[in-house]
Amino acid sequence: MELICPAGTPAAFHEAVDAGADAVYCGFRDETNARNFPGLNFSREELREAIAYAKRKGTQTFVALNTFMRAGAEEIWYKGAADAVALGADALILADFGLMAHVAEKYPQQRLHVSVQASASNPDAINFLVDAFNAQRVVLPRTLTIADIARIGKNIRCEMEVFVFGGLCVMAEGRCSLSSYATGKSPNMNGVCSPASHVRYRKDGGELVSELGEFTINRFPAGEAAGYPTLCKGRFDIADSNGYAFEDPVSLDVMGELEALKAAGVKALKIEGRQRGKAYVAEVVSTMKAALNSAPDRRAPLLARLRTMSEGQKTTSGAYEKRWR
Amino acid sequence: MLIPPILSAPLHMIPIPLIERICRLMFGRIAKAHPGLFERLDEHREKRFAFLPTDLPLAFVVVPGREEISVLRKPVDIEADAVTEAPLFLLLALMEGRCDADALFFSRDLSVTGDMEAMLAMRNALDASNIDLQKDLAKLAGPLAPVARRVIGEIRDRALKDQMRTAGEATAWN
Ligand code: SF4
Repeated sequence: MELICPAGTPAAFHEAVDAGADAVYCGFRDETNARNFPGLNFSREELREAIAYAKRKGTQTFVALNTFMRAGAEEIWYKGAADAVALGADALILADFGLMAHVAEKYPQQRLHVSVQASASNPDAINFLVDAFNAQRVVLPRTLTIADIARIGKNIRCEMEVFVFGGLCVMAEGRCSLSSYATGKSPNMNGVCSPASHVRYRKDGGELVSELGEFTINRFPAGEAAGYPTLCKGRFDIADSNGYAFEDPVSLDVMGELEALKAAGVKALKIEGRQRGKAYVAEVVSTMKAALNSAPDRRAPLLARLRTMSEGQKTTSGAYEKRWR
Repeated sequence: MLIPPILSAPLHMIPIPLIERICRLMFGRIAKAHPGLFERLDEHREKRFAFLPTDLPLAFVVVPGREEISVLRKPVDIEADAVTEAPLFLLLALMEGRCDADALFFSRDLSVTGDMEAMLAMRNALDASNIDLQKDLAKLAGPLAPVARRVIGEIRDRALKDQMRTAGEATAWN
């Protein structure tokens, strides 16, 4: 199975390639990509250099243009696609059907991957994208079990890529409105969930308080591992109890299920984290590569050290092994 | 790895203008070695970024657009847009992109307050810059550059190993 690795800067891109990524995914410094964070991402020139470096090392580059186009401003996305194709991207990762149609028509030779943001989660939806836009791969949402993935794999006409490590988006991806509700901005339209412009941290005695817009997301007592200020991982007062309504501050790790994913027909394993530093990219990619090359019983100790890099210093297999709480 | 009090204590006595001069020299050297360093800051360039090493009696305030750095003695009410607090070695490791800021935030080794957009832009600018303090600063030592390079390298390696060990222990009991 291929290892698909994140890069938010050219420095992280080099780390990912050097650590053994089969492909690196990245995006432009604008609202066309779902990690539109301050100071992050690639200029056209940086992407040209990155692709050249990757090609020399036999690594592929996937360019994510995975937000939904703003009506009247489609040119920004069309230009992004034109530039990514001209710069030699091996695949474009797209979420918007309009943009998929544009790319399929203008650049029929260009490899097209369906972004997780498109939320294509059943054979009918996926096969429609294959037939209509010649999609060659689908990145599946993190809401499916491994049994679901295996069932889908048997009934679709393209490759499957799944997230195996990193930040965990727990809702139907591309459809979550929690961030919009609190801040007016979302990953789907603006490329940011819980944008930094609306985040505040403050200390209250020994506690770390995280706030998003007008909402208190969490209060971490001294010594407790912290998490991102996303609503889906907030700790709230609900009726008489106080706790996590949707999910704890936790990261995804399904590397323990590699054999099952392979048997389900998964072609590529994706690491989340374009917003993370190059040290994270280097450590996670090299560890995952080593784990992939190891016998199943040798993987757990290798992967254990990645837990300290994870949100809340905890990991979960999320929906992949869904159980009722 | 924390700076032991026996090493940080003399900083109480050294005049601030002298420390500031040394810091400006180092800042100038790094800016010269990495001309595009703050390009990623965009509209945040003129903001005031404060860095508070938790193991030093000093605070540093940087205005990147003006290549300005000022040093203050703690305790102090800092006037800054964004404030980062962590042990000195972690702040330096972050500057070089050798540690992941989010991981240090999760483990509560690092705290950030104020304008998060500005701070995130700064984190990403530093992470993209390939700063190497051993290489960039050793030149300031003139003829003693090779010695300085070795000493900085050894201290850095020890600090990073120490950080890895602590992280590993966290894994073991978690
Ligand atoms: S709030 Fe949570 S589930 Fe919704 S987009 Fe953000 S990370 Fe994903």
